[in-house]
Amino acid sequence: MCLAVPAQVKDCEGTEAVVDLHGNRVRVSTLLVPDVREGDWVLIHAGFAIQQLDAQTLEETFAVMEDLRKHAEGGTP
Amino acid sequence: MSQRRIIDSQEYLRRLRDAAEAIGRRVSFMEVCGTHTVNAFRCGLHSLMPSNVRLLSGPGCPVCVTSQGDIDMMIELARRGDVTICTYGDMLRVTGSGGNLEEARGQGAEVRVVYSSLEAVRLAAAEPDRKVVFTGVGFETTTPPTAAAVLEAEARNLKNFSVLVSHKRIMPAMRALLDSGQVRVDGFLCPGHVSAIIGYAAFAPVVRRYDLPCVIAGFEDLQIAAGLARLAEMVRDRRPTLENLYPQAVTRWGNRRAQNLIRRVFRSADATWRGLGAIPGSGLSLRGRFARFDAQQVFGLSAPNSPEPPGCRCGEVITGRVEPSECKLFGTACTPVRPMGPCMVSSEGTCQAWFKYHRPQGSLPAVTGVEVRA
Repeated sequence: MCLAVPAQVKDCEGTEAVVDLHGNRVRVSTLLVPDVREGDWVLIHAGFAIQQLDAQTLEETFAVMEDLRKHAEGGTP
Repeated sequence: MSQRRIIDSQEYLRRLRDAAEAIGRRVSFMEVCGTHTVNAFRCGLHSLMPSNVRLLSGPGCPVCVTSQGDIDMMIELARRGDVTICTYGDMLRVTGSGGNLEEARGQGAEVRVVYSSLEAVRLAAAEPDRKVVFTGVGFETTTPPTAAAVLEAEARNLKNFSVLVSHKRIMPAMRALLDSGQVRVDGFLCPGHVSAIIGYAAFAPVVRRYDLPCVIAGFEDLQIAAGLARLAEMVRDRRPTLENLYPQAVTRWGNRRAQNLIRRVFRSADATWRGLGAIPGSGLSLRGRFARFDAQQVFGLSAPNSPEPPGCRCGEVITGRVEPSECKLFGTACTPVRPMGPCMVSSEGTCQAWFKYHRPQGSLPAVTGVEVRA
């Protein structure tokens, strides 16, 4: 239930934002992270952005995930 | 770069094996998050672990720890003709003494699955003739959205919105589990997204008071493997500390705004957990100012002392005392298609993860000595 997924903020409006969540545009509440701006990365849980993500370490995570995905699809390392 | 990354993941497993071999006894680490439970199984991590290392699932799946009495209250409310229950999808098939929410819906009850607590508030605003009850279930990650919903309902002056609160706090449960002496744990893989809210410093007392290492970990296989490697190394070196391996999302003090929101709307209360019983201060209830949004008060309900399904050992599973296969119902009377206990209902429950991903060849053999798979 505590599943949360990273998403990038595309548009902020009051206490809501539209985020890019794996290619889908989703409207979420930014009540818990009021300082986020367009371009920031946030963690989304149950329709709320619950934490701003550190962009640099996040890129590393995505690189790892992408590599693992390629590895899984490619069969051999 | 791809090659380097893959070597990195092997590197963590190698470090875990090296440390496990040096420890020379059976060690049990516990995660307290359903997402850790299911991801560790899904990526096959259990089958790659040294044979003297076990990763136990603790009371980290909110659906699984919700008491039978709380579930019965939800179903009782759903069966009232004037109530619309709004719930996260996880709760739909959790069976109480008299069926589950999904069955109640099939029999005419108004039960809606929502993705966000605010959807329930909007529904209440749109349908003033219905009494909308949101089922507030979950740990600290899920509590702030419920608090936000209550404040939103207050701001809109809604008279027909309330919350059936069974939110819980993870730290009192971890302490209760350790104090019970019923399970031996050598370290905790701490929940990444609960930590994003409460901050990693919250786990420092576990290290101080119980002398156990704690590692905050993310949810990818690599991150879980890294967490286990560090836990094993700290046990080997007899230097238990608190480490944050999920700095992308977790800071020392967490999300203070979210914490303040929880404090503003809720106060700590005693709560009953499946498997752990009543734990003082482990739950939350709405503050007096918000009493009119408390479904228990609005509808005059109190949690019945409902027995758990006969033969179900979910309570022992979520406290790491037995493995799912030790339950007689597991895989026979209780399956994901027809679950009896909540650990089989929840996609993050230990029994369901075990049923889906656990294979006999990957099972954990009885440990004699320091047998370590290469």
